[in-house]
Amino acid sequence: MDPRLVQLAYLLSAVLFILGLKGLTRPRSAVRGNLLGACGLLVAVVVTLFGAGLDYRLIVGGLVVGSVIGAIFAIRVQMTEMPQLVALFNGFGGAASTLVAGANLAQTETFGRDMLVATALSGMIGAVTFSGSLIAWGKLKEFRRLDKIRIPAQQIVNGLLVLACLGLTVAMVNGDGSTWTVVAYWLISSLALVLGVTLVVSIGGADMPVVIALLNSYSGLAAAATGFVLSNTVLIISGSLVGASGLLLTRIMCVAMNRSLFNVLFGKMGSGGSTLNADDVYANVKSTSAEEVAMLLEVANRVVIVPGYGMAVAQAQHAVSDLRKQLVARQIEVDFAIHPVAGRMPGHMNVLLAEADVPYEALREMDDINPTMEQVDVTIVLGANDVVNPLARTDPDSPIAGMPIIDVDRSRTIIVVKRSLSPGFAGIPNPLFAAENSLMLFADGRQAIQDIIGALDAN
Amino acid sequence: MHFLLADATVAKVVEASGGLDTTMLSGPDTAMLLLTIFVLAVFIGVEVITKIPPTLHTPLMSGSNAISGIAVVGAVLAAGTGDGMIPKVLGCIAVTLATINVVGGFMVTHRMLGMFRRKD
Repeated sequence: MDPRLVQLAYLLSAVLFILGLKGLTRPRSAVRGNLLGACGLLVAVVVTLFGAGLDYRLIVGGLVVGSVIGAIFAIRVQMTEMPQLVALFNGFGGAASTLVAGANLAQTETFGRDMLVATALSGMIGAVTFSGSLIAWGKLKEFRRLDKIRIPAQQIVNGLLVLACLGLTVAMVNGDGSTWTVVAYWLISSLALVLGVTLVVSIGGADMPVVIALLNSYSGLAAAATGFVLSNTVLIISGSLVGASGLLLTRIMCVAMNRSLFNVLFGKMGSGGSTLNADDVYANVKSTSAEEVAMLLEVANRVVIVPGYGMAVAQAQHAVSDLRKQLVARQIEVDFAIHPVAGRMPGHMNVLLAEADVPYEALREMDDINPTMEQVDVTIVLGANDVVNPLARTDPDSPIAGMPIIDVDRSRTIIVVKRSLSPGFAGIPNPLFAAENSLMLFADGRQAIQDIIGALDAN
Repeated sequence: MHFLLADATVAKVVEASGGLDTTMLSGPDTAMLLLTIFVLAVFIGVEVITKIPPTLHTPLMSGSNAISGIAVVGAVLAAGTGDGMIPKVLGCIAVTLATINVVGGFMVTHRMLGMFRRKD
């Protein structure tokens, strides 16, 4: 095939990727957008297959096996497990980039310096993505052993590993002799594998949205680096689109926690100078029953539900969707207020609620709903804690000081559905639970919502 | 990249691999051209993705994740043009992994987006 035809086809697939991402800007056009992206990839693969005299046996085998495995994953996964799946896929993409750059290195005898730099970067970023994603996957699966791993002098270890990788890159680029180049490449990739582990293993559950977004970005950058290695434009363009997407999401997540990326990756969540004692804070907690909540809801005009990771854990999304339908049938306005870092990945709550049949118009962003919180009659906090903690606004010494929160404390009545008064990820007490207008409903999330529905039916 | 032009074997590999045919270009070398493409594409990505609402951030991640499986193109080339066992085996593993990423990513995104359809 004329190489210019191949280039044109690659250009077409790059355009399809951009149009596909554009489609994702609205829920209505999103399905079509995703299909456009898939078409773009199909065009790129088909053109590559016919573009040069290739040995098809291994390729077809890989394509078939990969497609079957990928399809099984996609069909079987539960929506609550989406973060794990995305983490795993990120890792596969990263590993593929490392292997491709390695394969290319093994069969080429003369390399220019810039191509060697790209090869080393491809190996490094790909390997960090692979091992980091596997660790993130394990942590999301809640393998307890991973939480016990403590790396002594973690920041120094990370720093040394990065320096070693960069040093080896310099040595690899300046070295002569193909054997050394290949050895250096795999050394860099192996060290990067270790780096991925040491970077991610100590990051806590609530910081996972940042980690997954960042690894998503890395998987794109690794593909782009591989594109430089192969002088392949479609790899560079799609890799950089994904890289940009991941970085933007990472930034959004960091802003939503009022923490810098550096702090998330390398810092601990500070214990803060706050001297708040949980017993003092919770001295006046009032508990309530499902029947009482049902009575409050019956006379409300506007209800807001604030879901958190606890909703996913309790699998309460279907129950809460039923509750919404009940209330809407009684002419009560019901919205969901979604904090950007609620859940374990960006948009996690939205997907769970969408699966449970909640229309997307009812899923409101924090900045959008906060100015109207004072007109809310009843707010139900379901499995969220730190993202509704008013200390973020009032206590400058608190570890979450300055973090944007959903202002549930400004609504008329707050129902907090929670098993106990245990603290959230930040490890601090939440004065919201003891506020004058707060009532605690101590129960499992799903059971509590079902009981409220039952009480509503009985009246 | 002048070395590409100077070195016939590399030029051949790049041509077979669907890389840019550098003989078509004159003036600035390929690395700079590729870098230009990279930087401009990053800007396009930022412009487009800023407009995506938070509701769709999970499908955005899984969908863009599938797009990063574009490494499958490189993997196909490595497995198909490989000289000797090592590149072929590495390429074949890469094809499998990247295909899981691509097929799984697009399919699960499709499944999720189906849930965001307007409910009447």
